[in-house]
Amino acid sequence: MSETAGEEERAPHALELENLDVVYRVRGDDRQVLRGVTLEVKRGEAYGLVGESGCGKSTAALAIVNYLPRNGRVRSGGIKIDGRDALSLSTSELRDLRSSAVSMVYQNPGAALNPSIRVGKQVAEVFRVRGESASDATEQAQEALKRVQIADPGSVMGRYAHQLSGGMQQRVIIAMALATNPALLILDEPTTGLDATVEAEVLDLVAALQAELHTSVLFISHNLGIIKKMCDRVGVLYAGCLVEEGDTDTILADPRHPYTVGLLRCVPRGGVRKDHGRLDTIPGFMPNVGEELPGCVFAGRCTLAVDRCHTEVPEAHSIGGGHMSRCHFHEQAQTLPREMVAEITLPAVDRAAEPLLSFDDLGKVFKQGGHEVHALVGVTAAIWPGETLGLVGESGSGKTTLARSLLGLVGPTSGSVRFDGRDLSGLLKGRSNEDLRALQIVFQNPDSALNRRHTVRKIMRRSLKKLTGVTGSAAEKRTLELMSSVRLAERYVSATPGQLSGGLKQRLAIARSFAGNPKLVVCDEPTSALDVSVQAAILNLLVELQAEQQVSYLFISHDLGVVRYVSDRIAVLYLGRLMELGLSETVYEGPHHPYTEALLSAVPTVDGGERPRIKLEGDIPSAANPPSGCVFHTRCPRRIGPICDETEPPLVEVEPNHLMRCHIPLDELRALQVKTPSHE
Amino acid sequence: MSAMTDDAAGFDPAAGLVPTEAKIARREMVRQLMRSKTFIVGTLIVLFWVFWAITGSAFTPHDPLEQTSEILKAPSSSAWFGTDQFGRDIFSRVLAGAQSTLKVAPAATVVAITLGTILGLIMGFVGGFTDEATSRLVDAILALPLIVIAVVVLTALGSSSITLIFVIGLIFTSPIARTVRATVLGERQLDYVQAAQLRGERGPYIMFVEILPNIMGPIIVETTVRLGYAIFAIAGLTFLGFGVQPPSPDWSLQISENYTLLSAGTYWWTVVFACLAITTLVIAVNLVADGLQQVVDE
Amino acid sequence: MREARIYRFLLKRFVYALITLFILSVLVFGASTFLPGDVGRNVLGGFASQQDVDIFNHAAGTDRPLVTQYVDWVTHFVQGDLGTSFQYKVAVSSLLGPSFTNSLKLAAVAFIILVPLSILGGAIAGLRRNSLTDRVITVTGVSFTAIPEFVTAIAFILLFGLWLGWLPVTAAAPEGANILTQVKYLLLPAFALVAVEFGYIARITRSSIVENVDADYTRTAYLKGLKKKDVIGRHVLRNSLLPTIAVVATQVGYLIGGLLVIEKIFNYNGIGLRIFTAAENKDYPVLQSGVMLVGIVYLVATLTADILYSVFNPRIRFGGDE
Repeated sequence: MSETAGEEERAPHALELENLDVVYRVRGDDRQVLRGVTLEVKRGEAYGLVGESGCGKSTAALAIVNYLPRNGRVRSGGIKIDGRDALSLSTSELRDLRSSAVSMVYQNPGAALNPSIRVGKQVAEVFRVRGESASDATEQAQEALKRVQIADPGSVMGRYAHQLSGGMQQRVIIAMALATNPALLILDEPTTGLDATVEAEVLDLVAALQAELHTSVLFISHNLGIIKKMCDRVGVLYAGCLVEEGDTDTILADPRHPYTVGLLRCVPRGGVRKDHGRLDTIPGFMPNVGEELPGCVFAGRCTLAVDRCHTEVPEAHSIGGGHMSRCHFHEQAQTLPREMVAEITLPAVDRAAEPLLSFDDLGKVFKQGGHEVHALVGVTAAIWPGETLGLVGESGSGKTTLARSLLGLVGPTSGSVRFDGRDLSGLLKGRSNEDLRALQIVFQNPDSALNRRHTVRKIMRRSLKKLTGVTGSAAEKRTLELMSSVRLAERYVSATPGQLSGGLKQRLAIARSFAGNPKLVVCDEPTSALDVSVQAAILNLLVELQAEQQVSYLFISHDLGVVRYVSDRIAVLYLGRLMELGLSETVYEGPHHPYTEALLSAVPTVDGGERPRIKLEGDIPSAANPPSGCVFHTRCPRRIGPICDETEPPLVEVEPNHLMRCHIPLDELRALQVKTPSHE
Repeated sequence: MSAMTDDAAGFDPAAGLVPTEAKIARREMVRQLMRSKTFIVGTLIVLFWVFWAITGSAFTPHDPLEQTSEILKAPSSSAWFGTDQFGRDIFSRVLAGAQSTLKVAPAATVVAITLGTILGLIMGFVGGFTDEATSRLVDAILALPLIVIAVVVLTALGSSSITLIFVIGLIFTSPIARTVRATVLGERQLDYVQAAQLRGERGPYIMFVEILPNIMGPIIVETTVRLGYAIFAIAGLTFLGFGVQPPSPDWSLQISENYTLLSAGTYWWTVVFACLAITTLVIAVNLVADGLQQVVDE
Repeated sequence: MREARIYRFLLKRFVYALITLFILSVLVFGASTFLPGDVGRNVLGGFASQQDVDIFNHAAGTDRPLVTQYVDWVTHFVQGDLGTSFQYKVAVSSLLGPSFTNSLKLAAVAFIILVPLSILGGAIAGLRRNSLTDRVITVTGVSFTAIPEFVTAIAFILLFGLWLGWLPVTAAAPEGANILTQVKYLLLPAFALVAVEFGYIARITRSSIVENVDADYTRTAYLKGLKKKDVIGRHVLRNSLLPTIAVVATQVGYLIGGLLVIEKIFNYNGIGLRIFTAAENKDYPVLQSGVMLVGIVYLVATLTADILYSVFNPRIRFGGDE
């Protein structure tokens, strides 16, 4: 592996991990989190470390900067940063290393800044540590903020963290991390939790700075699209073990480990839709942290595995070109059998008929600290039987408020909802049992949606009783039927949610929402708390249920690939207003509303063929104080003139089945938006 | 545990298919409680006093109320803890003195926990004006030194065990309601509450069947903590003369009756043993509360 | 803009304090008026003639409608007219004034010892989490908080007053004693109060420190390469001591509650002893005013805590965009 080191300049790699074992001590036992991880980040290289939750990627980052939790320690192996052995440093050497050679940016920038110290002082501190005078440090802090494209560093420096938006906070953190030109920059899920357009800006910034400064980067993420965008090489981490490593393009095009193969197949990509086919899944579950694994870490879930895989640890096979796979059968990895799933027939949607649900001019105003916040403004749309309406938008767009208004959890301030030919009361209180039964929801986080003190049986039977009036042995029978229809094994009937994995919990939540044979189920980000391999299975399940029961979905997600896969039509919300509504294909293929265009271009995908990046300026405005005219005009890259600032465009049908709220005529948009095919 | 990263959260049974892991964890909790020396010691001391509270004067060497001519005798082999100004055996009085404290304080705690839990559930769940109004009342009561309030009310109502139970019980309702309310507000954010509303459940069902089981941990801890405070408060009030009346062998009463003898620098035994008794009991209750708190926090 | 925000916050707090005060006044007034028996009968005893009782009631105004009595009482109270003591037949203010001053002296001595000691103790425990030092501080604190103050007081009297002879066992210094002597006399009762409060403040400080040591921004600070002492001094303490301030101020109220028992033990003529004596003798005017006074002190303390908290906390000073 080190043969290239000699050819490069004599300086060592920015980071070398050598057979790194990290353990956590829990209840008196050592539980292994990293298993002999060996990797290096070359100078100026961006190395991506990708894996699902619990694979040990954050632990790796913390081990590198010597900041493991107090019950964690490096049991064996070596860490070298910029040629220095990071494991045998004295306290002052470690401080010196941190202040000059390595920096880290992690999730949740709001928590990473001290809430009671002005931002400027916190940035200046980086320079103070290096012995600069107070005034020099302040000056350099200002420079550092300028470097991360903060337009008005002076004013930002005088603020406190909570006065900045999430994207701005992360810029400040990046400014601090890069301030000292470190040999190694570690980014641990730096954009998780940020909105798509903000995420794209932060990623662009990091890419630009990395190119400019030639900083070596260790980029940790669960998102293969981001890794593809940001990294030259990538390492795939599974259960604490680096199972495959190589050039990013090679790995994505020619994976040689069954886990990587499975992972790539799980992601809905290339414009695939539910009527094109099913998603692949990876069966089973990741082993528990600390579990004894005598053979290949993936053997338990690998459909290629033979006896040898369970008993013999595969070595790191070099495939050439720096491509490594820890699989006994790496040359067969791509023949990994697909999980056989029955073909299904999706319901045909007849939009000439009466819609199942229609809402007209729906508005919701919240009172907040004396201000009025218009969370929803005049939203009108309909959902037909058997159809999925995807709902897309960033934070503050009102998508959750819309879902909750339809369900009756919040009463809309204006507008009306019709369901199945009758008017629906705005609040739950006024709804009949039939209404309740017909309209259900699957929440984002099953941990929150399921009562952790109730057993599966109790959860199911109570829903059956309340919604359908079925009790006794009939309810027991129905419970087992519903469980089987969501593939939740019968043996879990006495379990509590805490005893189920994330995916199984979400299956239970789905089963519960189907207890009363609903006609419409709101899916509020149902897979975003789950890992991709689990996500695929849940999406498959939802589509199957739709085929079987002709149910309609209102599907909310920030993941545009997922929305595209499940939706027949898509609605795009921005600051409580419907900006665009159309058939899934139309909305994705364009011509789009400028906001939709920017949103789509912001999302890094695993497939090449990225759309030209449409950069948005500034933060999402506050719904308490929306811009005049078209609410998008403050960030719109296609703004045509004063009309945008002054007059709010109406939502008009620009072509059949395609509504848009924009002053620019459709043909002009078509001409502006150079069409790039999204699947090649 | 809080210091662990997301990776370490992989130990959480939620991360994998491990149906037995949660049960193990629960059993582990009990085992951990049993491993905690302080919890065991606390429990044993509490049980010791509960025994004497139940048996009263049945097994004490002397009748705690029997007056003799042997007054103010220092501890000796015949009277281990000495005698008081009426010649009563202090050892017997200390043992029998557990009864009044362990009758009134737990009863007051039960009153407070019951009312506080119900009130807290309603405040947290119903919210709105109900919550705002009740919160102001609760804050107002909390904003007062409780012993002062108790003195005012007991002055008006007259002292008796029942009055004491209800006065302390009602005063302690406020802090418990506040704690329960805060916990309920946390739970109310969770989607299972909305899921229940969406299948047409009514308020009382959601409060008592959905939410209550999830906040039992904090309530149990609160109960033991409040028991400690109740003993503390009742001791103070009894000392001031608002609790049980002579000739009860109550510890605080013993101290109150005899502490003036101290200034002479002699007769220390007339108060010291009662002081030790009450100290062991309150510390023991706190050890139990601390043990429970740690396990619930896990 | 920023001032407006602070003012709005403080105004709200002030209104809450007034509401609390109103509820307290109703409670205090109600407790001494509604309750069983007739005021005159209660005060004069079972052997007084009905005529004397009526005359007493009329003179005291207790035969008028309750609302009138309440409004009357509150109006007078606000004007500084606290009424006349049933027991001593003198103006209540002349009784409460000196007692209040005495109590303030005692509370001040206790506070000056308590605040630095408990915050320091809690901070050390928090920074050395799970060490022996932490265990010792926490266990001592919890124990002293749990033990009734008269027990601690008696232990201190026996130990420091009688056996070691270091400190006087009464709280009131001889007439005309200088400040140092006065303080010396107040030390034992003050320590008894400190013992009860120490554990609580120390515990809040400790948990606040622990929470901030574990915070992400502390990690950021360490990863900048800052020295531990700078991370603690500049980042952790700053954020941890803030909630502690609020707690400390609220403890003023509890301190005053503790005075009732402590002043009785040390036979110290403070507000606590005054309230106690009034309660024993059913001297309602003194009792009502005394309790109201204590309530006001408590609320002023809480309000001060809120002001300090809002001044030090940028989140309140500048608000958020949430």
